[in-house]
Amino acid sequence: MRTLFFLLEKEFRQILRNKQILRTLLIAPLIQLILLPLAADFSVKNISIAVVDNDHTSTSQKLINKITASGNFKLTGYPASYKQALDMVEQDKADLAIEIPSNFERDLVRENADKVHVAINAIEGTKANLGGAYLGIILNNFNADIRTQWQPPIVTMKEPPQISVASSNWYNPFMNYHLYMVPAILVTLVTAMAAMQSAFNIVQEKENGTIEQINVSPIKKHIFIIGKLVPFLVLGIVIFTLGLVAGWLFYGIVPVGNLLVLYASLIVYLFSMLGLGLLISTYCGTQQQAMSLSFFFINIFNMMSGVFSSVDSMPQWAQNIVITFPPSHFIKIMRMVVLKGSGFNDISGHLLAMAIIGLVLNVWAVLNYKKTV
Amino acid sequence: MKQLITFIRKEFLHVFRDKKTLLMLFGLPIAQIVLFGFALSNEIKDSKIVIVDYSKDAVSTQITTKIGASKYFDIQQNLLSATELQAAFKKGVVKMAVVFPTNFGNDLLKTNKATIQVIADASDPNLATAVTNYVTQIINDYNAHLTNGAVQPMQIVPEIQMLYNPELRGAPNFVPGVMALVLMLVCTMMTSASIVKEKELGTMEILLVSPFKTIYIIIAKLAPNLLISVLNLFIILILSSLFLDLPVKGSVLLLVFGSILFILTCLSIGLLLSINAKTQQAAMMSSLMGMMLPTMLLTGFLFPIENMPLPMQVLSNIIPSRWYFIIIKKVMLKGLGITAVWKELTILTGMCVLLFTLSIRRFKIRLQ
Repeated sequence: MRTLFFLLEKEFRQILRNKQILRTLLIAPLIQLILLPLAADFSVKNISIAVVDNDHTSTSQKLINKITASGNFKLTGYPASYKQALDMVEQDKADLAIEIPSNFERDLVRENADKVHVAINAIEGTKANLGGAYLGIILNNFNADIRTQWQPPIVTMKEPPQISVASSNWYNPFMNYHLYMVPAILVTLVTAMAAMQSAFNIVQEKENGTIEQINVSPIKKHIFIIGKLVPFLVLGIVIFTLGLVAGWLFYGIVPVGNLLVLYASLIVYLFSMLGLGLLISTYCGTQQQAMSLSFFFINIFNMMSGVFSSVDSMPQWAQNIVITFPPSHFIKIMRMVVLKGSGFNDISGHLLAMAIIGLVLNVWAVLNYKKTV
Repeated sequence: MKQLITFIRKEFLHVFRDKKTLLMLFGLPIAQIVLFGFALSNEIKDSKIVIVDYSKDAVSTQITTKIGASKYFDIQQNLLSATELQAAFKKGVVKMAVVFPTNFGNDLLKTNKATIQVIADASDPNLATAVTNYVTQIINDYNAHLTNGAVQPMQIVPEIQMLYNPELRGAPNFVPGVMALVLMLVCTMMTSASIVKEKELGTMEILLVSPFKTIYIIIAKLAPNLLISVLNLFIILILSSLFLDLPVKGSVLLLVFGSILFILTCLSIGLLLSINAKTQQAAMMSSLMGMMLPTMLLTGFLFPIENMPLPMQVLSNIIPSRWYFIIIKKVMLKGLGITAVWKELTILTGMCVLLFTLSIRRFKIRLQ
């Protein structure tokens, strides 16, 4: 126990005296947490649209007004032909091109139907999905409008049966994207810190050769490892707390749920991520290797854990892989507790999963760590 | 010149004798491209929903069947009360609830009007919007069916065509983005780490007192990284055309030219980062913490840049990967020529020259 105490003192001193790293560790995540949610706005608005109006009647003009008035679309051009509109899509000047055919109004009145061509740049899937859906709804409404305008009300016929939809959005009624992103970004920042730093720290001792001195000392393997992990656990908690405060100050995000639940999950999460860092360090001889490997994991965690894209849309095999990623569970927990106020019961599955992953990683790392070089 | 060649040989030996690192430098980017290319998708399907049916009549059952048959939804269970609903949302599995009020079918029959309540878990705003839209569409279809298939007058039929990526796969958007991200981080981190390592080991001092010109040191340090990055680029391009069905539609030469410009820019950034850092750890932390998230967010492959507040949009202009991402999308996915990307190429060239001269100048100052 006394040995552990001295080891901890050594580790804390080493971390605290290196001001450059301390600065990066504490300030960089904070700045990112404050600035990045401003960029991470996935709400689909400002879809730029190019309209080809071959009809030039009051009906086609009304349709165009209806589209631009919806607030989701931004008219960026009035090309003369559909081909020019497609060129605009090609040059990223428009996300969406719509062509109103000539004789649109006449065909509607005489033949009761007409087609409107819509081309969407589908490279960005979400935008294409929602853009198409929004436009569909606008066309539907417009359709209803002109029907009432052109058709004399039929008095004899009974009103057709109609089911209407009343939708409500729980937990985030104003559809504020920050509420969704800030908790997840906080997780990615803690992740980058926890996994990387514990790996670096040990590999640094390897590269400098100081690990040999510890290896020949009577310090036990597990004491050494605990001595390496505890400081980063503390640092992780500090960064997390700073992040929560920043989220509250800058984005007004106050966790709906219990803070105790959040911190308990954080400790389990850090336990698993530090285990990963430890495992990386046992396989790496140089800091460059440790860096490449941790970068690989962090990148995969960031891209696949549901921060930016939904895990549910992935194919089943990928979802099975993602289950083994601790951040995917912690991000879920964060969003559930912060936004919905979920309690221990609701998150127990994720908590258990993280604990098991953490246990496996740590045991694996300890077994793989040899006190020989 | 002979000096330079000897020096470059030394650097290559350094890099290539370390088999483990080399394996990582090639293996990891490839693994990422393949993994992301296959796994990431924006398609919404099988969203788990619950049905709360207080009415339990013929109409509500029919609509439930229709919703269940849609590829967008996966009905988890039929709940009985609103309190259960709250609990289901808190567990986080269910994304939406469709509530049929009591007497739903009766109301529709007698008054010709009835309302279905749709409650979405809006903690994910986009998903909530999308699922609400889908369920509204299904109910609208049902409405049309209620009018006994009578032809609606004055029908506007939208003919929607999805360009470039008709199946809405994630790969066409993510692969160029990940390419930019991986190249950027590999280049900056490798370069800054390899220079700072010499400082840390003290061998830098030897280099600085030797008669080598500074520019030689820099060129020699960059050469192996450039080679590795270009090889990585080719492997990524081959992989994405073979497995991800994303061949280079435009000119390969143009794409490679743009890529090399981008790689050189990133190498210069790595050089700059290494000047201030004293330890490898610090160099890597600043390249990772400082570069990774900004690159991810401001490149435009995750979040549309035009949605950001103005200062962010301005800021995104100085991120090299933003311009590179546009080049890849235009040349690789849309098959456009040099006339479409000359602006981006010019900007990248400018950035590259600026950063490179800056880093060389700073490097000289350090000599004194």
